[in-house]
Amino acid sequence: MKELYESQRAMRNMRQAAMQRGVIAILDVGTSKIACLVLRFDGPERFRDNDGVGSMAGQSSFRVIGAATTRSRGVRFGEVEAMSEAERAIRTALQAAQKMANVRVDHVIACLSGARPRSYGLDGAIDLQGGLVTEGDIGRVLAACEVPDYGDGRQVLHAQPVNFALDNRTGMSDPRGQIGQRLSTDMHLLTVEASAIQNLLYCINRCDLELAGLASSAYVSGISALVEDEQELGAACIDLGGGSTGISVFIKKHMIYSDSVRMGGDLVTSDISMGLSVPMATAERIKTFYGGVVATGMDDREMIKIGGDTGDWEHDRRTVSRAELIGIIRPRVEEILEEVRTRLDAAGFEHLPSQQIVLTGGASQIPGLDGLASKILGQQVRLGRPLRVHGLPQAATGPAFAGAVGLSLFAANPQDEWWDFEIPAEKYPARSLKRAVKWFKDNW
Amino acid sequence: MRTLKSSSPRGPAPSRMGYRYQRLMLTPLFRRMIRVGLPIGAVVFAVGFWAIHEDNRAMITNKYDEVVASFQQRPEFMVQMMAVDGADDALSRDIRDVLPVEFPVSSFDMNLEEMRQTVEALNAVGDATLRVRPGGILQVDIVQRVAVAVWRQSDGLRLIDADGHIVALLHYRGDRSDLPLVAGDGARENLAEGLALYRAAGPLAPRMRGVVRMGERRWDIVLDRDQRILLPTDDPVSAFERVVALAQAQDMLERDVVTVDMRNADRPTIRMNEQAVVALRRINGIDEELGQE
Repeated sequence: MKELYESQRAMRNMRQAAMQRGVIAILDVGTSKIACLVLRFDGPERFRDNDGVGSMAGQSSFRVIGAATTRSRGVRFGEVEAMSEAERAIRTALQAAQKMANVRVDHVIACLSGARPRSYGLDGAIDLQGGLVTEGDIGRVLAACEVPDYGDGRQVLHAQPVNFALDNRTGMSDPRGQIGQRLSTDMHLLTVEASAIQNLLYCINRCDLELAGLASSAYVSGISALVEDEQELGAACIDLGGGSTGISVFIKKHMIYSDSVRMGGDLVTSDISMGLSVPMATAERIKTFYGGVVATGMDDREMIKIGGDTGDWEHDRRTVSRAELIGIIRPRVEEILEEVRTRLDAAGFEHLPSQQIVLTGGASQIPGLDGLASKILGQQVRLGRPLRVHGLPQAATGPAFAGAVGLSLFAANPQDEWWDFEIPAEKYPARSLKRAVKWFKDNW
Repeated sequence: MRTLKSSSPRGPAPSRMGYRYQRLMLTPLFRRMIRVGLPIGAVVFAVGFWAIHEDNRAMITNKYDEVVASFQQRPEFMVQMMAVDGADDALSRDIRDVLPVEFPVSSFDMNLEEMRQTVEALNAVGDATLRVRPGGILQVDIVQRVAVAVWRQSDGLRLIDADGHIVALLHYRGDRSDLPLVAGDGARENLAEGLALYRAAGPLAPRMRGVVRMGERRWDIVLDRDQRILLPTDDPVSAFERVVALAQAQDMLERDVVTVDMRNADRPTIRMNEQAVVALRRINGIDEELGQE
């Protein structure tokens, strides 16, 4: 646990240094695109006057001064697969964003969408000595949580105290200063594969940047796509990405569960590519222009030119009806949603008071998806778009940028994590101090 | 797997060097250095490279001197002559001697302050003002020192002014018999007192030969017939006035007195000539004898 504290605290210090300097980059390394935003922090509430939006999630304390997107290379299922290609793609996005911002960025906050996240619920309890809950008691109760054996080769990405209970009162977000006998806490621990983090870190270091923060993509999409009451009452954010689909469940403004399905929009594209025997680029184009999940009678008559450049007249003038295309897309989308349903059921989503489901991410833009999703996931389904933030270009306000925008909000006001509290004093090695005191006593 | 060294175009990605270059150019300090430092550096380098050669530097200095000289030699700045005001003929001749100015000369080449000091170094000059008057005239205004006394030293006579400054050498006392004579160490510093003694002389004035400062603290008055009046340190003038009064009333100094010692105001003392003492004793002896008889 110690090295986790140290590495996470080093990262936190770097983030604070970057905030001091005022410029930080946001890097969303996805399977289909890499988005980079450059944020400038000018202190809180700077843009309040000329912007109708107040500070809902701290988004008014920064402004986006550079934004760039590039097609992702060398990334599969949200994990870096070919290092040099991924590095080049990251570099492209960063360079374009820096050029737009006209400022040099040294710190970057990144998010991972894949890397097989796994959620753990921990709890810990301590008896209070003084009766009054202090900051140190919170550190102690967090340290009292029993860390599960999450296995070698995995790393903790988030460890957020979700709930505090004092004696028989529960549901407290901040028990400091209250009086009680026994303090207990629930904590949500999210681990991911360490190799994915290391690969991403390597790519970022190769771009001469320092990593100032790391977050789960599902979590940050939830931050930006869920509105406040959804976060409070309980909701699931489904981030339908290119290579993976992230699931995050929120209640009481805390993420309590996160998972990812290793299927996404790229799988649909490859289905189209195989089904119509067209190249991936053409398949992607056909998907974005004509894709859908609900076929109507009109779609039988709408013929789509799928083209080709073989020189064979017959081959190059193939057409396919939109109904056929939908017939290819729909089963795959259903499969993804079924998988999401399975994960949510496994997490016990049906026990939440409100079961709002918000679909976001690039693949959520398929027309008719909300209708299909409500059949599979439940009645309360809506399509979510990320929160408005200042200075974000129009092109980057779509649902595909939920992760990037959420990461900006995460950078602006991060949630308290385990390592943000002090390590309890008894965890420090006391022997060396005692020996030093003894040496003083003996010699003076 | 394709070959590792991919020969295919690498897409829109910038090369690592290009990326670094762009980041470097976005560094504010570096950008300022390029935009300001580099041009300045280039100019400095070019000038320095050109100035390495002795000829180039000499050319610059020559040209500079030429321009300066041509400006300074313009007729507006030329001084044609010198006018000395406030000095008598001998002094103005001296001044012309000590100021080695070859007319015409540019006023830029003259150091007026230095010249003023040279002029003021002359004994007879009390205060000098030099300026270049319009019309190219070097105007020298002199306030001459006025001799008020003759100062006798072991090596000769000097004229001194009221402040004790030496004005000129004097060869013969007779040349300036109108001025009082002072002598002795410290006489110059206390000249005002000595002159006050002279003024107090009254009827004794024709007999005064001089005043002598004794031991840098008090005055002696020397009269003709080698008579001396020794005055006290404090308030010598009133002591002298007493002597003058005595001399007027009783013709004391007409008698055979060598020294009148006024140093102790309570007990003025007279020393007589030897023959006078003898004569006095004889008279007194006769008186005694007469008394004894």
